[in-house]
Amino acid sequence: MALFDVSGYKSHAGLRGQILGTGVGHLVDRPNQEFAVPVGVDPSGFLKSCSREGAVSIDLNHGTTTLAFKFRHGVIVAVDSRASAGSYIASKEANKVIEINPYLLGTMSGSAADCQYWERLLAKECRLYKLRNKQRISVSAASKLLCNMMLGYRGMGLSMGSMIVGWDNKGPGLYYVDDNATRLSGRMFSTGCGSSYAYGVMDSGYREDMTVEEAYELGRRGITHATHRDAYSGGVVNLYHMQEDGWIKVCKEDVSELIHRYRKGMF
Amino acid sequence: IYDRAITVFSPDGHLFQVEYAQEAVKKGSTAVGIRGKDIVVLGVEKKSVAKLQEERTVRKICALDDHVCMAFAGLTADARIVINRARVECQSHRLTVEDPVTVEYITRHIATLKQRYTQSNGRRPFGISALIVGFDCDGTPRLYQTDPSGTYHAWKANAIGRSAKTVREFLEKNYTEESIATDNEAIKLAIKALLEVVQSGGKNIELAVIRRNQSLKLLESKEIETLVTEIEKEKEEEAEKKKQKKST
Repeated sequence: MALFDVSGYKSHAGLRGQILGTGVGHLVDRPNQEFAVPVGVDPSGFLKSCSREGAVSIDLNHGTTTLAFKFRHGVIVAVDSRASAGSYIASKEANKVIEINPYLLGTMSGSAADCQYWERLLAKECRLYKLRNKQRISVSAASKLLCNMMLGYRGMGLSMGSMIVGWDNKGPGLYYVDDNATRLSGRMFSTGCGSSYAYGVMDSGYREDMTVEEAYELGRRGITHATHRDAYSGGVVNLYHMQEDGWIKVCKEDVSELIHRYRKGMF
Repeated sequence: IYDRAITVFSPDGHLFQVEYAQEAVKKGSTAVGIRGKDIVVLGVEKKSVAKLQEERTVRKICALDDHVCMAFAGLTADARIVINRARVECQSHRLTVEDPVTVEYITRHIATLKQRYTQSNGRRPFGISALIVGFDCDGTPRLYQTDPSGTYHAWKANAIGRSAKTVREFLEKNYTEESIATDNEAIKLAIKALLEVVQSGGKNIELAVIRRNQSLKLLESKEIETLVTEIEKEKEEEAEKKKQKKST
């Protein structure tokens, strides 16, 4: 557990090093992690050098719009589906929501590989928690686990902006977790490079006492308008509704059709 | 030095080191735990202290968190290590999961720790059994017992240490719905159980209770004396009634 490592309590194995004498001590930086990182390696420095002009360009899959907000009848989650690698659209139907269990969802923005890997690992930990403790994991605990995973690799170039959405016995839960190990609980979040557009739409249309249909429409509009203005977002809107007895997938609609529908109100 | 196992199987399937540890527990002073409806009670036999010794330093009932505490029987030094690890784990759990531990969780942690020491190079098992009591978040009272082998079970009432068998038999006869109907009755049942094996009455008993949504409370010796007097009075009244029945 986190505090145990931080508290300086040396287990029996740790004392062995002191008794027998050590040179380097560890072969890896930050032991007890998912991936062994050799001492002296600097992944984020390497990544920066790859995006320089004239160097070999490795453009990681970035660029998204995702949003989530709490309201009277639960939590709405809406994401786009474009996966881009630089200016190349790698996929128009990427799945940016991971269904961890019937009561927990995770959204993905940033590096697709990082998001997919770490959120699948989170799903594994949530399942293990349920098996060991005979109780579903709480949303705050699940988001904390993801946050601690990010903390283990802080400064090493991970890129992930995610929202953990769920319903547990404390009620509806919405947490924002990112690669800096920032973890925030809130009523409304949006991530990705289209997030500013989505915030504009959500902030002007949000009311706590919206009906369910009004909330669906707000989520749809947020993503649609963001995809309209942001080059790196597009595809379809995947809309989920987190209710007390679990999440439901509301719809999957193409943004080009949606934007034509909304255009009647524009210009 | 650390490459030789100390706890190994015997030909007929025993782990003798674990069984010897259980013998060490049987030599420790008695502890009793009772699970009531809105209260959990821990009582221990207080061994008499030397004249010059300060009484406060010898405490056998320890809080693990606000809502969980434990008593042990066996090697005091081993218990200190286990209690410290359990305390760290209670806080670590609060930090990671943002919720207090359930009594079952911390018991499982302690039991796993004990089992690890029965299967590690160069280490011997812990020589303690523990009685862990408390309330879960949802208000359910719990009592668990662990032993040096690393097994744990939930109990309604149990005893460990010297003469644990006698105390447990007393509890089996006297633990009824009526006997734990109120908080006071549950406390008196714990005292009665200890009085079966403790010499010289109330001043050799240490008692602690946790009530729902409250922290551990150690009873003062005055309170214990009052309860012991009450119990003795009730015993006399019972004896009187029986005499009258016989004579008529």
